[in-house]
Amino acid sequence: MISFENLILITLLSPLLVCLCTPLLSSRPILRDILGPLGGIISSWGAIQLMASILNGEQPRLELLQIAEGISISFVVSPLGAIFGLVASVLWIFAAIYSIGYMRGNKEKNQTRFYIFYAMAVHAALCIAYAGDLLTLFIFYEVLTFSTYPLVTHKQNEMAQKAGRLYMSILVGTSVILLLPAIIWVWVVTGSLEMSQNGVLDGNMNPEYAPYLLAMFVFGIGKAALMPIHKWLPAAMVAPTPVSALLHAVAVVKAGVFTMLLILTNVFGIDFLSKTGASNWLVWLASFTLLTTSIIAIYKDDIKARLAYSTISQLSYITLGGALASSMATQGATLHIITHAAGKITLFFVAGAIYVGAKMSKISELNGHGKSMPLIFLAFFVGSLSIIGVPPMGGSWSKFFLMLGAAESGYITVIAVFCISTILNAYYLMEIPARAFFFKKEREVKIKIPILITMPTLITCFLTILLFFFIEPFENLTSIMVSKL
Amino acid sequence: MTDILIKNLPILVVLCPLMMSLIVVLIPNIFLSWLLTFASTFVAFIFSILLYQEVQIHSTISYALGNWAPPLGIEYVIDKVSIIPIIIITLIGFLTTIFSSKMMPDEINETSISKVYSLWLLAIAGLIGLVTTGDAFNLFVFLEISSLASVALVAMGAQKDKQALVAAYNYLIIGAVGATLYVIGVGLLYGITGTLNMADLSERVVDLKNNKALIAGFGFMIVGIMVKAAVFPMHIWLPRAYAYAPSAVSVLLAATATKASLYILARILFSVFDIADDLIINTLSYVILPLSIIAMFAGTIMAIYEKDIKRLLAHSSVAQIGYITLAFAIGTKASVAAGFIHMFNHALIKGALFMAITSISFYIQKRVTLSNLSGLGRAMPITFFCFVICSLSLAGLPLTSGFISKLYLIKASISADGLWIAILILFSSALSVIYLWKMIEALWLQKPKKEIIIKENPTIYTSLLIITFLNIYFGLDASFVVDSSIEAAEKLVGVSK
Repeated sequence: MISFENLILITLLSPLLVCLCTPLLSSRPILRDILGPLGGIISSWGAIQLMASILNGEQPRLELLQIAEGISISFVVSPLGAIFGLVASVLWIFAAIYSIGYMRGNKEKNQTRFYIFYAMAVHAALCIAYAGDLLTLFIFYEVLTFSTYPLVTHKQNEMAQKAGRLYMSILVGTSVILLLPAIIWVWVVTGSLEMSQNGVLDGNMNPEYAPYLLAMFVFGIGKAALMPIHKWLPAAMVAPTPVSALLHAVAVVKAGVFTMLLILTNVFGIDFLSKTGASNWLVWLASFTLLTTSIIAIYKDDIKARLAYSTISQLSYITLGGALASSMATQGATLHIITHAAGKITLFFVAGAIYVGAKMSKISELNGHGKSMPLIFLAFFVGSLSIIGVPPMGGSWSKFFLMLGAAESGYITVIAVFCISTILNAYYLMEIPARAFFFKKEREVKIKIPILITMPTLITCFLTILLFFFIEPFENLTSIMVSKL
Repeated sequence: MTDILIKNLPILVVLCPLMMSLIVVLIPNIFLSWLLTFASTFVAFIFSILLYQEVQIHSTISYALGNWAPPLGIEYVIDKVSIIPIIIITLIGFLTTIFSSKMMPDEINETSISKVYSLWLLAIAGLIGLVTTGDAFNLFVFLEISSLASVALVAMGAQKDKQALVAAYNYLIIGAVGATLYVIGVGLLYGITGTLNMADLSERVVDLKNNKALIAGFGFMIVGIMVKAAVFPMHIWLPRAYAYAPSAVSVLLAATATKASLYILARILFSVFDIADDLIINTLSYVILPLSIIAMFAGTIMAIYEKDIKRLLAHSSVAQIGYITLAFAIGTKASVAAGFIHMFNHALIKGALFMAITSISFYIQKRVTLSNLSGLGRAMPITFFCFVICSLSLAGLPLTSGFISKLYLIKASISADGLWIAILILFSSALSVIYLWKMIEALWLQKPKKEIIIKENPTIYTSLLIITFLNIYFGLDASFVVDSSIEAAEKLVGVSK
């Protein structure tokens, strides 16, 4: 039996080791490329063990380094963190396989550098998932931003550099100017940087200031991409598709909403929020973002841009779920982290597959190509159904819980928001398979999709269906998360 | 034997470089004069470590010069406050002396090198004396010793660039005005209290509340010291002096000179006078606080528009001094501690950055401007690596020493109900990323104009690596800096505040 400390270390260090070993193997591309999936398997194994231990009612923790009195780098696995850690590490396996196919199929330059920072970003995401205190959270939040910069600017052309500047200035700017002082404010008020399952602010903070503190957190966590600080996400789409798939549909943005949920539940606490109504304004901001970005998505012809706006809208579901301050909604929000991750990574995989296989990136070019790439478009169809929330796909569970939560906290309008957005989702996502299968082909294109791209796409597509039937352990985790201590 | 050594440490740490400077001036050999300088700075550093241990045991060490008991005789006081600047000065003095061994012969005539090293030691001795003395007038003497030696050192830059003469002249005149103001203040206080001993002064000023002469004396002293500490807007001598001084001198001055004056400022504000006094409260919140905030932004904005890198770093120093005085101005125990933490960390950060930039200028044999930095990062990987790490530290990125400073500074200002101050601090440090990024982008992303092949010199990069390592080390294990700064702040403003 491996101790919990070692288990956490194994899970966190395997991507770091991949990152450090990749440059050593740069002259042997095959070995170098195998490292990614291998690291993914090891750290997923660790993440599964950690999740199992949470289900057994234990709380793995690890104190790594004491910087000064009261400041340390420590890791604690919470139910929420266990879920995010599992999502990030499991999807890393498939994304790593996919990126081998994509990078080779597309003949990208600087592949070694790409794999180094890819693994580094996963490492940072896992450290965020298991962060034991607010400072550790902040540190790795920044590490994640800095490690994804070389990935966003991978093409090293003018456009990539411009996008990179926007990406950095929004993410670093908001986190340094708002998130850091918000964290220190909590530190000053509660006297420690620790978090607790039911929140730490109740009784320590004047409820009058709570909405302001919350606003600092909400706008400080730029990675959650709430309006008006969402611009970095569409800009980041200049990156190669594996980056958009794993990082900008899963690791980075989920780190954002994960942090948001963690702050709402473990710093503010659901009870404190519902008692003081500090998050009421956030409900409306998230609803607004949710609808507006869905509408913007309709008008985007570039596949990745449409998916990016769809992601922003789906992230707002999660923030909204947290802001509703009811246990049902929080459970729904947490489940949405998993189901949306599986669904959206599939959609991005498809976008990359179409780009590599047929050199197409516009939706209007897709007419009639469904017959030449049936599996790929089928995967897109299934992934879309999950995002829309149609059974038997995983996405239906999270939407179901979110709506129940909205009803529980008495926001009837929010239920309407969910319904309208579902219709919009269906509209902008279904256009793609519909064009592919039912429209007439305009021109012939030679299509060649590597197996390393098709396989992970189909697997993640299959995962979205599996999630519908095997949601139970995750639901148990979320109920542990919202239970009172 | 060791007993006598330990007992006389407070004076030995000053005398060691002071006496050696008199010997070095007579030695014509370049290497020998460097070696003696190196030995004496190293010994001074060891002494300061010993003093640190002594202070941990005895808390305050008072040394009566020539056995004349204070308050009549001159008293040297080493306590938990003054030990911090002593360590900074001796540590940086020691590291920059190693660094200077290759730089000096490159920039200074062979015949003047031993004189430069003599001035070098004199400046270091002056700075150490400045922080050890417990006597207000003796302080003036050391202030002048260190200033005049520094002025002469800056002027030595004229062998490479004639601008150094203007810089040195500016520094001399403004510095002299500052010192004069200070000594007028001391005179006024002496007139009404009849003592020059600082501990004695602090007891006597209590009875003299609202005395006009006292207020005037206080004002003169504070303004005089603020000139020396380059507090905005009395900083105008600083950018030129740092920019045109010889390389090693820039490093030494940037890392230590203003720190000593900032320490004196804290000592006068909190130790000679009382923090609870209206006079101090008003000075802090209506003079120093606004000036510090302006300094933070003015320095940063000037740095953003500056093309000459040494001047750019000097402007950034003005902003960083703003952080330190801001911490003092908030006036709580936590904030004063944060000021001392940043004083220590900034010495390491700015020392390292100046070392990196002056090494680049040594390698390319040109003044370093933004345009001739392009593409150099690949040609000198070690220097570039250190430069990036220390830039990140200056910007306050997690896991570097600069982050610890920011963390405590922000925490202190939020605890003192100054959320808006915290946001301003972070905003200005986010702005500082702009100029740091410009330099890194030039070094790394831009293509070099022509192929450059540079062989990095181990004697130059050793001290750079050491100081960069310290920047990371104190970011990961900050307990030494944090604990001693908190103790210093407790001593200055009292435990309760």
